[in-house]
Formats: sequence, structure tokens, C-alpha cells
Amino acid sequence: MLELILLSVAKVMGIVMVFVMAVAALLTWIERKQSALIQNRVGPNRASVAGLRLGGIFHLAADAVKMLTKEDFDPETDNPLMFRLAPFLAVVPVMLLFAVIPFGPGEHFLISNVGVGALFILAVSSLGVYGSTIGAWASNNNFAMLGSIRTTAQMISYEVSMGLNLVGIFMIYESVNLQDIVIEQGSLIWGWLPAWGIVLQPLAFILFMTASIAETKRAPFDLPEGESEIVGYFVEFSSMRFGLLALSEFIGIVAVGATAAVLFLGGWQIPWVQGTGGWLTVAQVGAMILKTLFVVWLQMAIRWTLPRFRYDQLMRLGWQYLLPLSLLNIFITGVVLMFVEQGRI
Amino acid sequence: MSNALLLNDKSRGSKPGYAPSVDESDLHTEHMVLNMGPSHPATHGTTKFILKLEGETVADVDIHIGYLHRGFEKMCESGTWAQVLPYTDRLNYSSPLCNNVGYVLAVEKLLGIEVPDRAKYIRALVCEMSRITDHFTAIGAGALELGGYTPFLYGVQAREMFYELVEELTGARLTTAFTRIGGVKHDLTSDFWEHVDAVLPEVERLMIDVDKLLTNNRIFYDRMVDVGTISQDDAISYGFTGICLRSTGVGYDVRKDYPYLIYDRLDFDVPVGHRGDNYDRYLCRVEEIRQSIRMMKQIREQMEPGPIAVDDWGVVLPPKDAVYNSIEAMIAHFKLIMEGVKVPRGEVYSYTEAGNGELGFYLVSDGSGRPYRLRIRPPCFALMSGLKKMIVGKLLADIVPTYDTINMIGGENDR
Repeated sequence: MLELILLSVAKVMGIVMVFVMAVAALLTWIERKQSALIQNRVGPNRASVAGLRLGGIFHLAADAVKMLTKEDFDPETDNPLMFRLAPFLAVVPVMLLFAVIPFGPGEHFLISNVGVGALFILAVSSLGVYGSTIGAWASNNNFAMLGSIRTTAQMISYEVSMGLNLVGIFMIYESVNLQDIVIEQGSLIWGWLPAWGIVLQPLAFILFMTASIAETKRAPFDLPEGESEIVGYFVEFSSMRFGLLALSEFIGIVAVGATAAVLFLGGWQIPWVQGTGGWLTVAQVGAMILKTLFVVWLQMAIRWTLPRFRYDQLMRLGWQYLLPLSLLNIFITGVVLMFVEQGRI
Repeated sequence: MSNALLLNDKSRGSKPGYAPSVDESDLHTEHMVLNMGPSHPATHGTTKFILKLEGETVADVDIHIGYLHRGFEKMCESGTWAQVLPYTDRLNYSSPLCNNVGYVLAVEKLLGIEVPDRAKYIRALVCEMSRITDHFTAIGAGALELGGYTPFLYGVQAREMFYELVEELTGARLTTAFTRIGGVKHDLTSDFWEHVDAVLPEVERLMIDVDKLLTNNRIFYDRMVDVGTISQDDAISYGFTGICLRSTGVGYDVRKDYPYLIYDRLDFDVPVGHRGDNYDRYLCRVEEIRQSIRMMKQIREQMEPGPIAVDDWGVVLPPKDAVYNSIEAMIAHFKLIMEGVKVPRGEVYSYTEAGNGELGFYLVSDGSGRPYRLRIRPPCFALMSGLKKMIVGKLLADIVPTYDTINMIGGENDR
């Protein structure tokens, strides 16, 4: 028992604190540097330690110090408790997501092998809406309230198609356990094509990415923030509370990256390499991290390329395009599976 | 049950047997009043929108301007005619050279003098460069406010290249004060055209990038088309000019219809739209940048060496060696500096095509060296009066691109 607890704690520390938090913190720097590269700029490069700049990577520390030492401003609100609670409500669900994501083969790279892992992800990610909604509502600010309404509408709408997009995956791999799904993706179709989710469910991958970016409230779906229109649902938050809200967004990006990698990009599987153990396991964990970072990079590139949707356009996209397409995807998957089972394909 | 909850007190207290209905008028709703500005990311140039919102739909809006009022017109009365010039830099600060040219043209009209050809060409050249910077600012900021930060920086980068050319000519990026009554401050630098040659391909490349990111981008298109629409009749009755008028299909451009400087010798097209919405205004701006570059190339070919100012010491300062070596020049210099150009009694209205539209200067002179009254017709002022019509009934998010494409500049609007 004690051993199990210690092992779990070690895994939580290893995955959440070391990997996730480090990547999320790095993302604040990567985002600035990547956008700088896209936009022909230099990007942040001033912060230095002992004369070393290392491309401005110390801005991470500078940011943290700034966030922690800024004045912690309380707006005049009737719900100070809710206001204070909101950043935690935002950050806890996105961190919980990593409890079920397998970063490598076996038990050691997975905090908890939940049988319904994929459903757990859907359930927990939909809890994220409370943080921003309650926080904005408790801010007692009209701009924040508009942001909170937008958040709620957007996250509820896109959750539906996000869940439906995964149904095709569940049907093909006949499991909702993420580790099982990854193991299934290691097989080859016709002896050469890896049975990854993106190969078998290309439409679902595109729809899932769209819905996921909407869930993380990033451009082109950053209406709750909409900095040029309503300034954002976190307009009244300052100091580390703002920092937590921003961090939860970045952790959300990593979570989307990891989820997409597990469900659609073969997780820790390296194509055409079977088996586990020894250095191969290390390589497989590395592959999983690389895949996660690839999806993260993709989200960043999209964010710095596209302008923002409008509220009504967002709703139309969600309900009139994504939802029917997701249903169509399930239907097609079902028909194809039926033919496969009958041996016609 | 839900019906009963929604009913307001009035209908709940009605007589028994009354069947409650969920008529919209029974629902107790209030507009949300939102103060947008004067300090808000989208209200650059400092404007205040007091919005009445139904959800996110703008039911009514009260637009407050004047936060950048400096008493410009009154200030001008206290200096000589030449001393007004630096103030004009600060009118439309996206295209200061257009204001410089507009002002000196008005004074020259009252003086009844004609500047040499080369001075006209240089003025037209700087006007077109300024127009390009103005349009790049408007396009870039428009993209920025729709969340497209990258096209904004590409636009600003292209603008920066023109600012460098302006800096080379005038010594300043914004506070140019380049023109003089009777001519321009100095001739083009010897390697100016080489620098233009180096810059134009880069600008072309950036424009293609911006074009790829915006013009056919479905999200950008949907955000801009049929947003901020104004009809041709409304635009004319509000006194719209410039891009905003041309986007409705009226091809009025001062440079074409009442040519000044050397615009009648240049071959250029005036782009017009047909919907009068934000997207047409965006397209018109992009096309005008191309036309302005085309004009710059023609100016280069047509320009010939010659004097850059009139040879009249009553208007233009005499050359320095003459001032030091002859009494006549010394006196002329002294009188010009101390008393200013003696503009004859009278009044005049002169108008040019600036970045945003028709920029008019109305001058009254009492024969002394100072303006008796100086009045400006800023293109933005008319546009701001029509803004309410363009945003009421649309969504909150539509205010932002609409406000951008009319390109209100606080400096010239509030004066």
C-alpha cells in the first residue's frame, strides 16, 4: 500500500510537476519566440543571469517574479470567495487531465490506468468552464460578464462535438481506456500502414483539433478573451491569480497536445517498431513527448495566423458544421466497421 | 412554471382568469450599459462609446469625441503663417506630410503664387508616401483588432520602410514639417531613388503576405463583409469623403476631380467599392497603396531638375550666403522671421486628398503676418458622425473593425 502511494506521488511529481509545468512555463517563452519568428521580430531577449541571455529564456523566471510580486487587487464584489476560488477552479481540471494520459508503455508512465480514461478526459475538461465563468461573474464587471457568457456558450457548444469526435475512435479500437487505445494503434494495416487514429479517422482529427482549440479558448476562438473587444473574462484579475488563469490556458494547450497525441497520433508508439523495454521504452516516451510538442506547435502556428471569429459565427460553426460532421463521421465509421466485420473489405 | 417566473410584477397582479402569455413585451429586460473607452484597447485615438447592449447586440450608442482637443485652431492664430506648419504634423499623425502639403497649398492659394514644377513633384511624392503609411496603419490595425497580430506587424514593417524614406527626406518620422510656403524645405537626397528601389520589392513581398493572410481568409472575410455598411445616399449626406465614400461606389477623389499639384499629369486609377462595408474599405486601401506606388514611379520619371521654391524673398527665406552678404536679403530674412509672410486680406478654402479623405483648410487673413482665423475640415469628423449608423444593430464585436476602417485619427478629429 505504502509502496503504491509513494509510486503514485512520484509519478504525479514526475509527470505533472516536471513535465507538464515545465512545458507550460516554457510555452510562455516559446509562444513569444515562435510568434516573433513568424512576425520577423527578435522576441524577448533582455532578461539575463550573469550576463547570459540564452535567447531570453530567463523571461520565465522574470515573469514568475513579476506575477508573484504585483499588487493583488480585489475588485468590489459581492462574491469575494468565488473570485478567489476561480483561478483554482480553472487550473485544477486541466492538471487533472494528465492523470490518465499514458506517456509511455506499462504502468510507470501513467499516473492512473482508469478504465474509462477517455471519458474522464471529456468529463474533467468540461469542468474547466467553471473557473472562467465563476471568476468573470464574481468580478462584478460588465466586460468580464460578457466574457463569461461567451465562455460558457462556447465551451458547452464545442464540448458536444469534441465528445462525438472521439466516438469513432472508441468504435474502432473498441476501448475507452487510453493505454489500450495506444496499444491498438501499434498494429499495422496491410502490413505497412500504422493504425493511428489520424489515419483511420482523419476527419475526426481535424474536428477534434478545432473543438479542442475552442475548448482552450485560443485564437481563432479566443472570444472570451477578445482583447480588442471586451478585454477578457479575467480583466479584474491581477497578480498570480491572473498568472494562474494564464497558466491554466497554457496547461490546457499541453493537455490538448497530449490527448491528441494519444488518441490520434499513436501515443508513445513509434511506427514500425514493435515491443517495449530498455532503451526502446525511453525512445517511446521521447516519441510521445515529441508528438505532444508537435500538436502544441500546431496550435501556436494557428493562433498566430488566423483572426478571431465573431460570436454568432462561432455558434454557427459549432452547431451547424462541426456537430453534423461529427455525426456523419460516426455514421461512416459504423458503416465501414460493419463491412469490415462482414469481411467485405 | 417557467412562464410564471419570467413574468413581471404587472401581469402577475392582474385579475383572476387572465391567461398569462409570454409576449416579449411582458418580459422584464434591461439594456446593459457598457462604457467602452476612452481608455480601451480598440478606441485608439481616444473615443468613448456608451453602449446599450441587448446581449451582444448594440441597441444604441452614444459616441463621445474630443478627448484629444488641443485648441489647434486657436493656437494657429498666435503664430506667423510659417509657424503653423509644425502644428499640422500633429493633425493626422499617420500621414503628416499630407497635412503639410494641404496647409501650404491653402496659403499659396491666398497668396496667389505658383510653386516651381520640381517642388510640386516633391510634394506629390511625399503625399503619396504618406498615404501609403496611412493605409498600412489602417489595414494593420484592422487586422490586429480582429485578432490577427501577424498581418498587423507585416503592415507595420512595410510602413516602417516608408517611414525610413520619410526620415531620410525630412529628418523626422512624424514631426516632418517638410513643406514651406512657396516650396519645400530641401531637395531629394542624392541617393533617395536608390533607397526607394531597395524598399519597393520588400514592400511588395510584405503586401503579398498580408494579402494571403487576410483577403481570402474566410474568417477575415466573414468578419468584414456586410459589417459597418453605409448606403451611398447616407454617405453623401453625412459628408463622407475618401475611402469611406469610395467604398460605397462614388468615385470622388480630389486628386482626380479637382487636380492639384501635378496629379493631372499622373496616370492612376481610383478604386471604388460597391457595398460600402468594411471589406470594401479594406480592398480600396490595398489598391490605393498599389496606385500610390505606381504614382511614385511616374513621378520619378517625370521629375526634372530645377528650383524647389519660388524666387520671392517676401515668401521664402533667402539663401544664407545672401543673408550674410547683402542688406536686401538681410532685411527680407528679418521681416520674414519677425513678421511672417504678408498674406493679402481675404479668405480661402483649399482642399486636398489626405489619407482619410478631403482635408480642407479655410483661412482668413487680415493682411498681417498671422492667420486671423484658421479652420480645418478634417475628413474624420464627418466619418465619426456617420459611425453610429454603421454600428447600431450590429454586434459588439463589429464596432471594432468598423471603427478601424473609418480610421478615425484623434489628432485631426478633435484638433
